[in-house]
Amino acid sequence: MTIKGKAYIAGIYEHPTRHAPDKSTAQLHAEVAKGAIEDAGISKDDIDAYFCAGDAPGGAWPMVDYLGLNTKKLRHVDSTETGGCSYIIHLGHAAEAIAAGKCSIALITLAGKPRTGAMPPRAQGAEADFETAYGATTHNAYGMCAMRHMHDYGTTSEQLAWIKVAASHHAQYNPHAMLKDVVTVEDVLNSPMISDPLHRMDCCVVSDGGGALIVTTPEIAKSLKKPQVRLIGHGEAMKGPRGGKDLDLTYSAGIWSGPRAFEEAGITPKDIKYASIYDSFTITVLMQLEDLGFCKKGEGGKFVADGNLISGVGKLPFNTDGGGLCSNHPVNRGGMTKILEAVRQLRGEAHPKVQVPNCDLAIAHGTGGLLGVRHAASTAILERV
Amino acid sequence: MTEAKKYPAPVTNPETAAFWDAAKQGKFMIKRCTACGEAHYFPRSICPFCYSDKTVWEEASGEGTIYTWSLMRKSPTGPYAIGYVTLKEGPSVQTNFVDCDLEKLKIGQKVKVVFKPTDGAPLPFFTPA
Repeated sequence: MTIKGKAYIAGIYEHPTRHAPDKSTAQLHAEVAKGAIEDAGISKDDIDAYFCAGDAPGGAWPMVDYLGLNTKKLRHVDSTETGGCSYIIHLGHAAEAIAAGKCSIALITLAGKPRTGAMPPRAQGAEADFETAYGATTHNAYGMCAMRHMHDYGTTSEQLAWIKVAASHHAQYNPHAMLKDVVTVEDVLNSPMISDPLHRMDCCVVSDGGGALIVTTPEIAKSLKKPQVRLIGHGEAMKGPRGGKDLDLTYSAGIWSGPRAFEEAGITPKDIKYASIYDSFTITVLMQLEDLGFCKKGEGGKFVADGNLISGVGKLPFNTDGGGLCSNHPVNRGGMTKILEAVRQLRGEAHPKVQVPNCDLAIAHGTGGLLGVRHAASTAILERV
Repeated sequence: MTEAKKYPAPVTNPETAAFWDAAKQGKFMIKRCTACGEAHYFPRSICPFCYSDKTVWEEASGEGTIYTWSLMRKSPTGPYAIGYVTLKEGPSVQTNFVDCDLEKLKIGQKVKVVFKPTDGAPLPFFTPA
């Protein structure tokens, strides 16, 4: 069975807030749910499936209750937790459930407030005694990947900086973006070193906020008013040091999730008009572009340089909302916002200055966890109908 | 700064207790599967490669080379260098580099294990050989 064309994204909403000390986390989930429901033009009481991850206070059943979802109708839940890419995985799982007839209108929510206060630490696995003391954080785990990528392939800080430069060119048009100033390669290189070889401007922002999706059947989507956007390919994968054998930190699990999604969609990276690529750090983008097949392994530095990711300038417009590097990174999880901007592009609702003309095929790809330690990845390929 | 740093004591469990008991004797242990011959780290009772339960403890040389590293400069407990060391025996292990100039670490550099005390069993770290 394939999910190709079996599920449509009928409603989207991104919370405009970037700092919400005056709101509860559950409240943010409710606000984004309400936004996506209104965007789709459906009734809350028609929702029969709910998807959330570790950011939802208490998990699925407290959230279903808090959100006032119709429990006489709700017949499918999924709280798959794979960090930042959870919501891209949820999108695929929603499509599977819809294709199997297990639900017809799914709500997916993400929200939280890491800018207001520190997030609780993630639950640890069997590795805890052998890793926790060494202080792997997002910064140094991705720093380790960048260090090895530079060693193996000659990737430079200048090349990485181009990714931030491209994001900043897009963010200047996003009124909600945290960082709206256009920056240069020199600005990135002159920003303080955080964890070698990553500078401050190689890192994403920390923001409060959230987002939500409504995923539904082709029939229901066609009865609604919004432009139709459907999922035509989906992949998920995981990677870790696996006993320490043949450690290679220069690629991510996207090397497996990407081809799975492209194969299902029946297209290749060359067909993609717009790419939402998780940008927790500049190196995250570079590695994923290679892993997804937009360029060969090791050639990501050359691929991203000279504005190749800037809409209207380069060959692969990416993260036209400014992405995590400039706009927002709600709950320290970038998967949801990657889908949201891809849908805006396909609908023709991106800012006119960054809208990709005739955008009919887009990719939304993300990872969760730490690329330098262990992580998940998920790839969604979306099509305007 | 590194010298003064306080590290958490390992919690330990039945599957890994022998590792920590050996660490108290200054021995750095890995697990090897007698079915497929592969060594792995961190230690498991079931071989992660062939799923045999015929895994045995083996004292490692404690020698290896730096696979990668990153110097975390912004930390409330002071700068520290995290990385992976590829052991002579094969597996790569996550660690911190200590007792050296952290600015001068290099991929491929030879390092050796050194234990640092905690309130429980000591923890393995690596330092230039």
